Amino acid sequence: MAQKRKPKLAVWKFASCDGCQLSLLDCEDELLAVVGAIEIANFPEASRAVINGPYDVSLVEGSITTPHDAERIHKVRRASKFLVTIGACATAGGIQALRNFTEVQRYVPIVYASPQYIQTLNKSTPIADHVFVDFQLRGCPINKHQLVEVLSAHLNGRKPNTPTYGVCIECKRRGTVCIMAAQGAICLGPVTQAGCGAICPSFSRGCYGCFGPKETPNTDALSRWWSDHGVKDRDIMRTYRGFNAYAEAFRRESEAHEK
Amino acid sequence: MSVPPHRVHDQVRLPGEQLQTLIEALRLLGYRVMGPKVAEGAIVYDELTSAAELPVGWTDEQKGGSYRLVKRNDGAAFGYALGPHSWKKYLHPAVHRLWKAKREGNGFEISEETPEVPKLAFLGVRACELHAIAIQDKVLTQGVFRDPIYSSRRENVFIVAVNCSQPGGTCFCESMGTGPQATFGFDLALTEINVNGRHDFLVEAGTDRGTEMLQKIPHEGATEKEKKTVAEIAAQAAQHMGRQLNTHEIKELFYRSLEHPRWDEVAERCLNCANCTMVCPTCFCTTVEDVTDLAGTEAERWRKWDSCFTADFSYIHGGSVRASRKSRYRQWLTHKLATWIDQFGSSGCVGCGRCITWCPVAIDLTEEVLAIRQAGSTDSAALPTKEEQ
Repeated sequence: MAQKRKPKLAVWKFASCDGCQLSLLDCEDELLAVVGAIEIANFPEASRAVINGPYDVSLVEGSITTPHDAERIHKVRRASKFLVTIGACATAGGIQALRNFTEVQRYVPIVYASPQYIQTLNKSTPIADHVFVDFQLRGCPINKHQLVEVLSAHLNGRKPNTPTYGVCIECKRRGTVCIMAAQGAICLGPVTQAGCGAICPSFSRGCYGCFGPKETPNTDALSRWWSDHGVKDRDIMRTYRGFNAYAEAFRRESEAHEK
Repeated sequence: MSVPPHRVHDQVRLPGEQLQTLIEALRLLGYRVMGPKVAEGAIVYDELTSAAELPVGWTDEQKGGSYRLVKRNDGAAFGYALGPHSWKKYLHPAVHRLWKAKREGNGFEISEETPEVPKLAFLGVRACELHAIAIQDKVLTQGVFRDPIYSSRRENVFIVAVNCSQPGGTCFCESMGTGPQATFGFDLALTEINVNGRHDFLVEAGTDRGTEMLQKIPHEGATEKEKKTVAEIAAQAAQHMGRQLNTHEIKELFYRSLEHPRWDEVAERCLNCANCTMVCPTCFCTTVEDVTDLAGTEAERWRKWDSCFTADFSYIHGGSVRASRKSRYRQWLTHKLATWIDQFGSSGCVGCGRCITWCPVAIDLTEEVLAIRQAGSTDSAALPTKEEQ
């Protein structure tokens, strides 16, 4: 069989902590298989060598927070055949999207000694608000097994197994006792997309919603349950204002409890 | 023909400390003994190596959306109702690899999974759970499509039932005719009795191998008075059900209530999180996922528990058939309580109440049925009930 050209992969960083792209390096067991199957053409966290585009697959990490990045993302899109956004920043605006609920100019002078040098947008927005995205991989950070799954599905021309149902299903499959029912914990599991393997509830901590809203999330009913059990509006609002605060369902729910 | 020393269905008395002997005897025969123990703030099913691991002195308090472990003031080992786990986690595993395949030239070669089938003994199976196992037997072993995974695991199981003396706040086996007393499907059935602070067990063998097992364990004859307590405990437990469900013509009720306004109302509360289906001891749905390696030389097919509460579950070309929460809840409850009867010859509900306790927002099927029943059906094509006729 003729040796096929290895697909070229590029990793791009926008406003983010680098945690998601490091998941690729974190694929210890699979890393050799990854570099065996793809040519890493642009990945500053791993190597300074840069191979020119176009790229077969681009992994885009981070959100758009500056006018410069709002332009740069279009260049990335033009150079990419298949663009995958990775992580809560790229898919929902990230933790930095907390600025979207206030006026960023109000606190820029508090943080920076010379605010006149700061060029920033008033909102942190997901990549899909700016360019067409072929696939969104959720998580804060993403799950490395899901990343390998998305890459291997793409390389093999099949649909990736990245379920959109809730964290509760992962909890139950692993036999974790529900911490909402057994401990009265506040847990975003019933409205959050699976993918992490239900880590936090297995350590008796409520789900933080790292993978964003699941399909058909009923955040309203979950909040009503907490309200009826004495949780204050302010705390409900803060529960939804995490890494996926600007994801539509969580944003609407937190705003409903803001006043 | 030699006469067995104990007739099946005859009660004998097993001193409490002999429970350890029972566990040891089962382990000596190669069984892994699965039973109740305290973990993660609940009574879960896990492997037991000693009777000391049983939840002695613990009970549970259950209501809609809430489960709490509470201390008992006696030394009962089985003085609780039910925990979050059901035996299906052993018989119908949540995640299971079906096969692997390797690319060979232009084709591929499949290597089937031949997992070692564990030889399991279940200790502490409630009457409702015996019914649940019987229902899954019917669904997974007696139809056109026999599930080889379930069947092979099920064949080996040694079942030690323990009669329920303290139903939980969400229990309604009495309504479903599935408890509280174990009447079939066990090798041994125990009834825990508290005599002057001593916790002994009245034991009944349900099978020949149960009788044989009983021979290995020191026991005493039960007095007539003691034998009567089994029925007394069951009668007393039956009066303390936390919930009730009127099953009268329930199939007809559901069949004429497909457009009942209650479905919209419950959809407002339902999280479609799937917890009810995951904890249900009869829900059996699974999905399969194919995975490949990066090089495309190896593939695997995995089976996982699935739920009718997800969008993917009813996804066909063009979209999800049951896109709304309303349609998913209606599908689940109508199947569980009505269409199941036509499909498998019994209700799909055994009244264990797990779906009520473990629903994060306390949706209670007994309340839903009551609401649908009380409001009657608004369908114009409604079939009249017997009372209406």
